[in-house]
Amino acid sequence: MKLTLVTGLTGLLLLGTIVELLRRRQLREKYGMLWLAVLVVVIPLSLFPRLLDNVAELLGVASGVSLVLFLGIVFLLLVCVHLSWEVSALEEETRTLAEDFALLRAQIDADRAARDELVSTDG
Amino acid sequence: MVNGKRTLIIIPALNESGSIADVVGEVRGELPGVDVLVVDDGSTDRTAAVAVAAGALVAKLPYNLGVGGAMRLGYRYARDHDYDVAIQIDADGQHDPRYVPKLVDLLDDNDLVIGARFAGEGDYTVRGPRRWAMVMLSAVLSRVAHTKLTDTTSGFRAANRRVIDMFATWYPAEYLGDTVETLVHTARRGYRIRQVPVAMRKRMAGTPSHSPARAMIYLGRAFAVLTLALIRR
Ligand SMILES: Nc1nc2c(ncn2[C@@H]2O[C@H](COP(=O)(O)OP(=O)(O)O)[C@@H](O)[C@H]2O)c(=O)[nH]1
Ligand SMILES: [Mg+2]
Repeated sequence: MKLTLVTGLTGLLLLGTIVELLRRRQLREKYGMLWLAVLVVVIPLSLFPRLLDNVAELLGVASGVSLVLFLGIVFLLLVCVHLSWEVSALEEETRTLAEDFALLRAQIDADRAARDELVSTDG
Repeated sequence: MVNGKRTLIIIPALNESGSIADVVGEVRGELPGVDVLVVDDGSTDRTAAVAVAAGALVAKLPYNLGVGGAMRLGYRYARDHDYDVAIQIDADGQHDPRYVPKLVDLLDDNDLVIGARFAGEGDYTVRGPRRWAMVMLSAVLSRVAHTKLTDTTSGFRAANRRVIDMFATWYPAEYLGDTVETLVHTARRGYRIRQVPVAMRKRMAGTPSHSPARAMIYLGRAFAVLTLALIRR
């Protein structure tokens, strides 16, 4: 009973945090939806940990709780992979931005040099 | 100038080299004295070059930001260059620029005016989950905005200075956020929204960004975005 209380409260606290972050626009839609979907699974499980026992038996896992731990670790790994993928995309974008910036600066310098040349030959 | 107001037409474009020249040409022909800004969102074809040749100002984004990202750039340009009115038009030729003066007229008493299909003019129809999504969005957003809205995802809209200022600093880049969430946000802040019936034409060239197969996903996302927009501040 005590355990259910602890896990259940943790789930609800997480839900509250995510909803509030979404409300304040601190989380982009795609991540918010992901975490909300996770909580929809996690909260019932935290209240009724035996919920997955049948599924676990079917898969040959000793108890529902170990199945949840296993799935949880797989999920976290997937999240890590996704975040590395996002970081790679961001690095590619900053690189493109830096190139654009350097090209613009080169263009401005060239324009300025051409103008100075004109002024000095005129004068 | 349209009805004495300095007007900027903003055209977000992604790989629209087949239609952009005609669209820019038609806008400049029908609406002399307006400026046209094409925001090329990382196109891999000659969209930007074709648009420049047709007489538009072109802002080239270094990579794809989505319609929302392109539009915020457009509204920033409008704010920084002191335009009275900014109008979004699609690059595929579906929007008829002859409706623009009508939209601008309504800006006298409204802050954001939407050119809407399904409102009496034209014969544009949609079926299946896409239609359910549109019905749901229209019903909810009409209530939020206190006005009848039949085409909430329309990319044909006119904004006055107040809304330009807001959109220049805040404009979601998320899918559907650029239409649905901006409407909720605008209405919540007390700006007046109105729609005008317009007839939509067929795409001139290229492909639309959605296929019938994705209609169901579209419905789900529309629901998610709407829920989110409503709980957000
Ligand atoms: N800036 C930008 N424009 C886009 C993007 N995808 C589509 N567009 C433009 O948005 C407009 C509407 O796109 P379209 O595919 O016709 O959508 P539909 O009218 O809702 O069917 C067109 O002008 C497209 O060129 C994008 O990723 N970025
Ligand atoms: Mg279109």
